[in-house]
Amino acid sequence: MVLIVNGVKHEVSLEPDVELLSVLRNELNLTGSKYGCGEGACGACTVLINGTPSRACITTIGSVVGKEITTIEGLEKNGSLHPVQEAFLQSDPFQCSYCASGMIMSAVALLNNNPAPTDDAIVTAMNGNICRCGTYINIVNAIKLASNHK
Amino acid sequence: MDNKHNIRHSFEPDEHELPQKPAYPSGLDRRKFLKLFGGGLAVAFVLPDMFLFAGETLPPGSSVLPTNQVGAWIHIGEDGTVSVYTGKVEVGQNIRTSLSQIVAEELHVPITSIKMVMGDTDLVPYDAGTFGSRSTPQMGGQLRRAAATARLALIEMAAKTWNVDPKSLKVDEGIVVNTTTNNKIKFGELTKGQQLLLPISNEAPVTAAADWKVAGKTVPKVNGRSFLTGKHEYVSDMKVPGMLYGKILRAPSYGAKLIEADVSKAKAFPGVVVVHEGDFVGVAAPDIRTAGKALHAIKAKWDETTGQPSNSTIFDYLVKNGSGVGGGRNSGDPKGNIEEGLKTADHTHTKTYNISYIAHVPLEPRAALAQWAGGKLTVWTGTQRPFGVQQDLSEIFKLPKEKVRVIMPDTGSGYGGKHTGEAAIEAARLSQEAKKPVKVVWTREEEFTWAYFRPGGLIEVNSGVKNDGTITAWKFLNYNSGGAAINTQYKILNHHIAHIPSNTPLKQGSYRGLAATANVFARESHITDLARLVKMDQLDFRLKNADDARLTAVLETAAKAFGWKTSAKATGHGYGIACGLDKGGYVATCAEVVVNAHKEVKVIRVTQAFECGAIVNPLHLESQIMGSMVQGLGGALFEAINFAGGKILNSSLSAYRVPRFSDMPKMQIITIDRKDLPSAGAGEAAIIGIAPAIRNAILDASGVGLSTLPMLPNGVIS
Ligand code: FES
Ligand code: FES
Repeated sequence: MVLIVNGVKHEVSLEPDVELLSVLRNELNLTGSKYGCGEGACGACTVLINGTPSRACITTIGSVVGKEITTIEGLEKNGSLHPVQEAFLQSDPFQCSYCASGMIMSAVALLNNNPAPTDDAIVTAMNGNICRCGTYINIVNAIKLASNHK
Repeated sequence: MDNKHNIRHSFEPDEHELPQKPAYPSGLDRRKFLKLFGGGLAVAFVLPDMFLFAGETLPPGSSVLPTNQVGAWIHIGEDGTVSVYTGKVEVGQNIRTSLSQIVAEELHVPITSIKMVMGDTDLVPYDAGTFGSRSTPQMGGQLRRAAATARLALIEMAAKTWNVDPKSLKVDEGIVVNTTTNNKIKFGELTKGQQLLLPISNEAPVTAAADWKVAGKTVPKVNGRSFLTGKHEYVSDMKVPGMLYGKILRAPSYGAKLIEADVSKAKAFPGVVVVHEGDFVGVAAPDIRTAGKALHAIKAKWDETTGQPSNSTIFDYLVKNGSGVGGGRNSGDPKGNIEEGLKTADHTHTKTYNISYIAHVPLEPRAALAQWAGGKLTVWTGTQRPFGVQQDLSEIFKLPKEKVRVIMPDTGSGYGGKHTGEAAIEAARLSQEAKKPVKVVWTREEEFTWAYFRPGGLIEVNSGVKNDGTITAWKFLNYNSGGAAINTQYKILNHHIAHIPSNTPLKQGSYRGLAATANVFARESHITDLARLVKMDQLDFRLKNADDARLTAVLETAAKAFGWKTSAKATGHGYGIACGLDKGGYVATCAEVVVNAHKEVKVIRVTQAFECGAIVNPLHLESQIMGSMVQGLGGALFEAINFAGGKILNSSLSAYRVPRFSDMPKMQIITIDRKDLPSAGAGEAAIIGIAPAIRNAILDASGVGLSTLPMLPNGVIS
C-alpha cells in the first residue's frame, strides 16, 4: 500500500493493522513522532491526517492509505521553520522536549482551525498532550505567541 | 549473565545520592587524554590537594591523570572551539545551556563557540551522576574556575608573545586585546601548535555574579531547534545498520521465579535470536513486529510469590517491617526531652501522614542501543549515571571498564527515575548473542512496572505548642520514605526526628526531591494545625518560629505577591501556605482553593517564591520551578501506584493520572536572585511546597485536614 507522508509517497508492504507510529519510526525513519504510551493517552505521537490531529500509535496504516499524513519533519519548508515552530523557538518553553513534536503538531492543527484561540480553547485542544516536565503554561504562552492574539 | 545482579537489584532511596568518591579510577590516561585533545590548551579541574601534575609534565612515574579527582575539563582548540567535557547529563534541566553560559562568561567567548561533551564515559572524566541538584553548584563551580584559569593562561600566553604586561590585556569574544596598542590575537592562534595541560588555579579570579554578562541572563536552549524539528535523536530514535529490536520476557508478578520456558517457537521466526539464561529470557529480531511475535510465542511457567502487600495494606506493613528507631541516615540528633516538652505545652497534637508510592513516568521510557565491536561494548542509553551503568556492565560482562563505553544523548527526562541501566544490560546481552547491534525500548507498561518508584511512607508526628506559638515538642518519625529535608527549620525546644527504613515491597529509588516532599508535607501540614490550635495566622506562626533569614525572605515574598493578608477571600475559598528548604533551595508556596457543597476541590492559584543563590538562567530556572510545581501537584492531588499480589494495577497512562493542561491552576513564580550567594541547583526544592500549601488551603476552606498523599484521588474530599 502507499502512504503519503509529508507529500512523499512511500510503498509499504505490511499488514493493514500495523500502527502508523511504528511504520513512521521504524520503516520510514521519521523518528520525530514519539512513543509515550501506545494507547492514545499522551499525544507524543501526534501527526496530522488530512489536517486533523491524530494519535499515530492507535492509527492503523490501513486506515490512512491515500490520506495526507504530516509529521513534525514535514513542517519545515526549505530550511525555514513553520511559524508555530518559530514561535516555540522564540519562547523556548520546553525542558526535555520529548513532548515537543506532539505539542507542536497539536498546536499547528489548533491554529489552522482557530488562528486566535482563547486560553480555554487552547487547553481543550491540547489536553490530550502530556508534558511530564510540566511546562504547560510555557506551552500555552508559545501557542499564544504563534496565534493572532499577541 | 548474573541475573540477581542486574535487573532485580533494589537500592535504598538515597543510595546513589551520597557524595561518594569512585572506588576505582576511570580509564582516562595521559596518552589518551593528550590524544583526545590533540593540540591546544586544556584545563582540567583537579582538587587542590591533588596537584599531581602541573604545566604539561606529570610527576615522574605517574602515567595516569588523577582521574578520580578530575571533575571536568575544558579544551580550547586551534580553531578557537571551546570544548567542555563533563560527566553531567542533560535530561531537560537545561544544564547544557546553563553550563555553557558559565564557561562563556568566564572565558569571555561567545556561547556559540562552546561545544558541550556530556555523559560519554570514553571522553569525559568520572562523574557519580546527575542528581541531587549538584550540577549547578558543583560542576558549575568547577567549570567557572577552569574557564577562569584558561582565560588567565591565554592572557599570559599573549603577553609573552607581545612581550607586554599581562595587565594591559583584556579578553573579548575569544580575542585577547592589548588595550594600549589595540593589537588583537585570537584564542585559536595562541593555542596553535601547543599542547598544554593546566590544572585549575585558585588564583584565577572568577567574575562576581553582579558583573555577569552571559550567565545570569535568559539564553535559549543551545540545541533547541533540533528538538522542535524532530531531528534530535533520543536513544529510542537511534538506528544503526544491521540493528535488531529486542524484547524481554517479563515475570507476571514481582518475585516470580521462572520454572521453565519453551523458546522453540520463538527461535523458529526468521532472523530471531533468543537468549534464555536463568530468569532472563529475551528475543531480538530484524523488525519490531517480529520481535513482538517471537516474544509472544514463548511459553513460560512461573512460580509466583504469594502474600505480598497491596496499596491498601501498605502503611501498616511499612510500620510493622520498620528497622527500629534510629536506623536511618539523616536522623537528626535528639534535642531536649519530648515528654517534658509535651508537659509544658498548652496544646498537644498527634497525627499520622501517609505517602503513596508514585512513578516518575519519564515521557521517554528506558531505552538502550548496544553494539559490540572488537571486544568492546558500546551502549547508548538514557541514564542519569553513565559511569554507574558502565560499572554494572563491566561487572556483568566481566570486562575491564575501558572496554565498556556508555554514551548518554540528551534524554527524555528522568526526575531521579533513571539512575539504573536495566535496558542497557538487556540490550547488551541480546547484542552479545546476536553479534549485531540491538536496541531495547521499554513500553510504558514496562516502565511503570520494572523501573522503580518514589518510596511510599508513613510519618507520625507528635507535638506540643504554647498559646504564644512556641513549639515545645516535636517528635517526627518517618517510616520508609527517607530522610531528605527531615530536619525542621523551626525553633523547637525539644525534638526527636528520625527516619526508620522499612522493607519495601516495591522497588524504590530516587525521585525529584527524594523524601523532602513527604517530610515537608507532614511537617508543614502539622505546623498549620498547630497555628490553628493557638489561633494564630499560618504565616505569622511560621514567621515567629522560622530559624533562617532566607526562609523568612521567601515566606514574606510569596505572601506579599499572593496577597495573603490583603486580598479578600470569597466564600468557600481557603488559603494555605507552606515553606521549606532542600539542597540549597528555599521555597515558600501559597495556594488558594475552592471547595463546593459536594466537597469537590479546585486549586485556583498558586504563588511560589524561590531562592537558590545567584540565578544562572532566569527563564530556564522558571521552567524548572514550574515543572517541579506541576509534578508536585500530581503527587499532591491524584498520583498513586495501585498494587496487589506483586502486580502493578495501573501501569498505563490512561490508568495512572498525571497532570495535564486542564489541571493547571494560575501560577505565579517569583525568583529571588541572590547575586551574593553561590548558585544552587533548582531541580528539586521547588517541588516540596505545593502539596502542603494546597492541603492547608483545603483545611482553611473546609475544616478538613487531609493527611494522605495523594489527597484527592477522586477530586473530592473523602
Ligand atoms: S504514544 Fe500515542 S498517544 Fe501516547
Ligand atoms: S518537556 Fe519533557 S515532557 Fe515536555
